[in-house]
Amino acid sequence: MAKNPNQLFGKILIANRGEIALRIQRACRELGIRTVMVHSEADREAKYVRLADESVCIGPPASTASYLNVPAIIAAAEVTDAQAIHPGYGFLSENADFAEKVERSGFVFIGPRADTIRLMGDKISAKAAMLKVGVPCVPGSEGALPDDPKEIVKIARLIGYPVIIKASGGGGGRGMRVVHTEAALVSAVSLTRTEAQAAFGNPVVYMEKFLGNPRHIEIQVLADEHKNAVYLFERDCSMQRRHQKIIEEAPAPGVSARALTRIGERCADACRKIGYRGAGTFEFLFQDDEFYFIEMNTRIQVEHPVTELTTGIDLVQEQIRVAAGQKLRFRQRDIVRRGHAIECRINAEDPYTFVPSPGRITSYHAPGGPGIRVDSHVYHNYVVPPYYDSMIGKVIAYGDTRDQAIARMRIALSEMVVEGIETNIPLHQELLLDEKFLRGGTSIHYLEEKLAKRKQAG
Amino acid sequence: MDLRKLKTLIELVESSGIGELEIQEGEERVRITRAVAPGAAASAPAPAYATAVPLATPAPAAVAEAPAVPAESEGHLVRSPMVGTFYRATSPGAKPFIEVGDAVQVGDTLCIIEAMKLMNEIEADKAGVVKQVLAENGQPVEYGQPLIVIA
Repeated sequence: MAKNPNQLFGKILIANRGEIALRIQRACRELGIRTVMVHSEADREAKYVRLADESVCIGPPASTASYLNVPAIIAAAEVTDAQAIHPGYGFLSENADFAEKVERSGFVFIGPRADTIRLMGDKISAKAAMLKVGVPCVPGSEGALPDDPKEIVKIARLIGYPVIIKASGGGGGRGMRVVHTEAALVSAVSLTRTEAQAAFGNPVVYMEKFLGNPRHIEIQVLADEHKNAVYLFERDCSMQRRHQKIIEEAPAPGVSARALTRIGERCADACRKIGYRGAGTFEFLFQDDEFYFIEMNTRIQVEHPVTELTTGIDLVQEQIRVAAGQKLRFRQRDIVRRGHAIECRINAEDPYTFVPSPGRITSYHAPGGPGIRVDSHVYHNYVVPPYYDSMIGKVIAYGDTRDQAIARMRIALSEMVVEGIETNIPLHQELLLDEKFLRGGTSIHYLEEKLAKRKQAG
Repeated sequence: MDLRKLKTLIELVESSGIGELEIQEGEERVRITRAVAPGAAASAPAPAYATAVPLATPAPAAVAEAPAVPAESEGHLVRSPMVGTFYRATSPGAKPFIEVGDAVQVGDTLCIIEAMKLMNEIEADKAGVVKQVLAENGQPVEYGQPLIVIA
């Protein structure tokens, strides 16, 4: 399909599903870009698929045969004459081989270059690259752990216990093990190596100091192909269970503007130095007023709405503009933050046992009103398939202050109806009344400690 | 008169290229002809057969047709195992692998699906007689799309 010179792209293929596929579709529609929605057989009847200009079934329900099926996705782009492919998050979004194949097949990959994805995908090389450009990291082994147990013990002694062993090919909370004493060290390293080989096909591990009480604070960045890069401030994603974020917010409560400006500028500078392209997130552990880099995500993230609502910038549209070769339309000083936004991830799961709960939504009513945004692909009678992750949507509340955002979220969740399946709405409602959460600044361990206490209490 | 059903039938006639459509149920009959204004053709309120023809899907320009193709119940459907372009022969102008009425054995090549510059031969997984070819030469097809009916 020919491109209108005023258009960014004539047609974009959306290589994802669920709420983020709908989110990308909305951004494309607003920009006048036609959409191709690829889908598995399980998602054929979904409304967001039918809202696309074109749709292509790429495989049976299983992800490996559909949303992770590189040849099928590229073939779909070929037969529909798409110009660009948006990978969303998860699935192939951080697969450097996919990004490379997309570009080699003549399409624009909406994201960074393949070599950047590769650099950040390897956690050891990512850390080394960040240290080189002046981004502070968690103190740890300089690179991969050696095989010699004596050397491993020496490194741990230098860092100081407790330490954490991490898989270089891992990330997102997977492939990690904490070690508190020297006696447990060598076997822990060996175990983590074996797990890493099985899970990621890469047994390389490294070591870091384990921070006891950190918060998870991440910096959103945006960079174009003309060496312009900006940071869009931070998000606090400390409310996690098993390394999965449950509640995210912006701004991060109780972090000094000065510390944020400093780390933000380091991140934007890092983008310029490594030639980053598109949207990305630098993830940090924040403890004792210090930021420590852990990893970078080279894609749009689930929690992007809290940044959008507080900055007024449509991140998905900016991704598309950058991919079309446009210069960033704003400079750092043009980015102003206002108000407070909180996002609750709504999952189809039992709120207490976390057992997934797929099935038909027999009754659905979304909340609304001032400051409420609902990013969800589900609707009345939608069947939540069992093949994919359990997130069915996000409710985001915006207010002038954190208190107002929380109040609005409580009201929204009380209005929301999702029947026929279990959801974690009751857990969110409990957290929105939790004393420590209301004060703000809880660590990444807080939720699990709270859940453990509740379990013990019976 | 059920206006919604009538509207659907009219859209169907317009989009399908049929010249004339006549439906009779019991005492009631409706005939829709392309060149004539719809109102004039309707002789009486006619509850059309709900399943006489497939209804238009909401997605206006789906790449491929929905797999529920009419008139496919008597035969084995060979479905596309991949996304690509359907070809009936090895090259333009060459003789098609099969025609309607041909007998095929298991393993016989029926058609080609081209994906990412690779030609993939699609083989018959059932012996029988080719009853219908459901895709057109050069048409993009999606995973699971019915291609050929073998009786």
